[in-house]
Amino acid sequence: MPRSRERGWPWRIGIFVAFAALILVVWEGVKFVGGDPWRYFGWEWHPPLDIRYASDLNLPHVWEIVGALAAPVRRNADASLGQFLVGAAFHTWRAAAIGFVAGAVIGIGLAALFVHSRLLERSLVPYVIASQTIPIVALAPMIAFAFGRDVVSVVIIATYLTFFPVTIAMIRGLRSPDPRALELMRSYAAGRWSVFWKLRMPASLPYLFTALKISATASIVGAIVGEGPGGIPDGLGRAIINFNNQYISGPEKLWATIVACAALGIAFFSIIRLAEQFALRGRGAVPDAA
Amino acid sequence: MTEPNAPVVRISGVDKQFGVEGRGATTALSGIDLTIGRGEFVSLIGPSGCGKSTLLRLIGDLTAPTTGSIEVNGKTAHSARLGREYGIVFQAPVLFEWRSVEENVRLPLELLGMDRSERETRAHAMLELVELGEFTRHHAHQLSGGMQQRVAIARALALEPSIMLMDEPFGALDEMTRERMNSEVLRIWQRTGTTIVFVTHSIPEAVFLSTRVVVMSARPGRITEQIEVDLPHPRNEETREDPRYFRLVTQVREALRADGGPVRDVPAASEERVVAEGGIG
Repeated sequence: MPRSRERGWPWRIGIFVAFAALILVVWEGVKFVGGDPWRYFGWEWHPPLDIRYASDLNLPHVWEIVGALAAPVRRNADASLGQFLVGAAFHTWRAAAIGFVAGAVIGIGLAALFVHSRLLERSLVPYVIASQTIPIVALAPMIAFAFGRDVVSVVIIATYLTFFPVTIAMIRGLRSPDPRALELMRSYAAGRWSVFWKLRMPASLPYLFTALKISATASIVGAIVGEGPGGIPDGLGRAIINFNNQYISGPEKLWATIVACAALGIAFFSIIRLAEQFALRGRGAVPDAA
Repeated sequence: MTEPNAPVVRISGVDKQFGVEGRGATTALSGIDLTIGRGEFVSLIGPSGCGKSTLLRLIGDLTAPTTGSIEVNGKTAHSARLGREYGIVFQAPVLFEWRSVEENVRLPLELLGMDRSERETRAHAMLELVELGEFTRHHAHQLSGGMQQRVAIARALALEPSIMLMDEPFGALDEMTRERMNSEVLRIWQRTGTTIVFVTHSIPEAVFLSTRVVVMSARPGRITEQIEVDLPHPRNEETREDPRYFRLVTQVREALRADGGPVRDVPAASEERVVAEGGIG
């Protein structure tokens, strides 16, 4: 029984492409009006205005960024920048995903404890919140120092950023069942264990997945930030630092790396969203765009 | 163990207060004595705040009395609950949205630890009983309000409870559906022979369904009158046009009015409650 007016895949892809084209037009339009001179195949164009942010250094041409992906990552290197970034993204994703899973487990566990014990909730939740006010850039070097310049410290930072949204959302989600649903379970003489697994946990899944989608992107950011102090040479974090240092000579490499970070975040987010659609199938709610 | 004619419910000297004594405590129920025999269909009716739902919840051990005793099948309400002797139906169906219709009906059987094949057979039989045999794989959001409530009834019947507690189960339904559901419940009651305690705002509903109507009044909630309904069975659309039916409706209405407080009309009052309770769960 169709309840929503969900349109098909072609429509959604069409909208996505149209919007990407719009961004491209605005981007290059600004450069055309106020960027550095365009010189292609003997053709020259001098933009009438001088917009500082539209210079080739601050806002490279889209095709320069795409071209940089195809060019060798270093002089005389076999691999292209694109290949290098795919490898780096996968490397970063591995640490982020491990941290993500660990953070989700910790978050669900904490929430389950809090929902069954007001005392624990009252005493520990302030620290859970306080933990998130510490800037991750301050924490990352300390974690790297304590746990060694190793992938472990990257995983810990990804965990640290994941567990918080999951904890907060799951406290809400595990308490979300209708009071009469709890009374119904009571009338069946169901124990805490059954109430948790047959009522609280399934009822909390929409809340859990909302948190997991936030955490998916947060864990990637955490892993990227953690790779610098963690001294991980192969991930996106190190690539950002390197290409930052080379920005004057080749800004498009950093831009390409940013695109790779964004693509990784979107990919991870999409995986969680697919899992969500599978886990919540059959329920009445109309799926969100996000 | 229990003698065949022993009452299913025996309530004696029950008071129920909410809040702490002396600090704004309200007395919900006062001096309740009520005995319900096996196979009876007893309706509790009264104005808002008369404690009829509280009385139902006391019988089901969803809340405990302040004083007095409640026995169900010769045991305390608490041990009857642990013995899974209740089937409960609320005003909202409270179906689990992640479970199909059949899986919802199977829920109490899973909690009982019944094995899989027996669970399936039982769930199917219950869904046939409420005439939803073709909808086993549907989910709640695909069914109408009346169908959802029939699933809730099938779920309540699944454990073959010795007593069914129904708290305004049709209060959220439109009048037509409500009358159909009334006939349905009577049919199920006659087929299963279970004892039913039924809370309602509706005088015609109470008279049509019950073997006895228990009239309550508010502040503090107490039983003011009990009216035997001797209309013949099976009851059907003709029953609703029987002069004796009208006389009983009038009798119940007067019993409610005798107590003072104005009786609010049914549909408005029950709609209000649906909104207050956040609609269908």
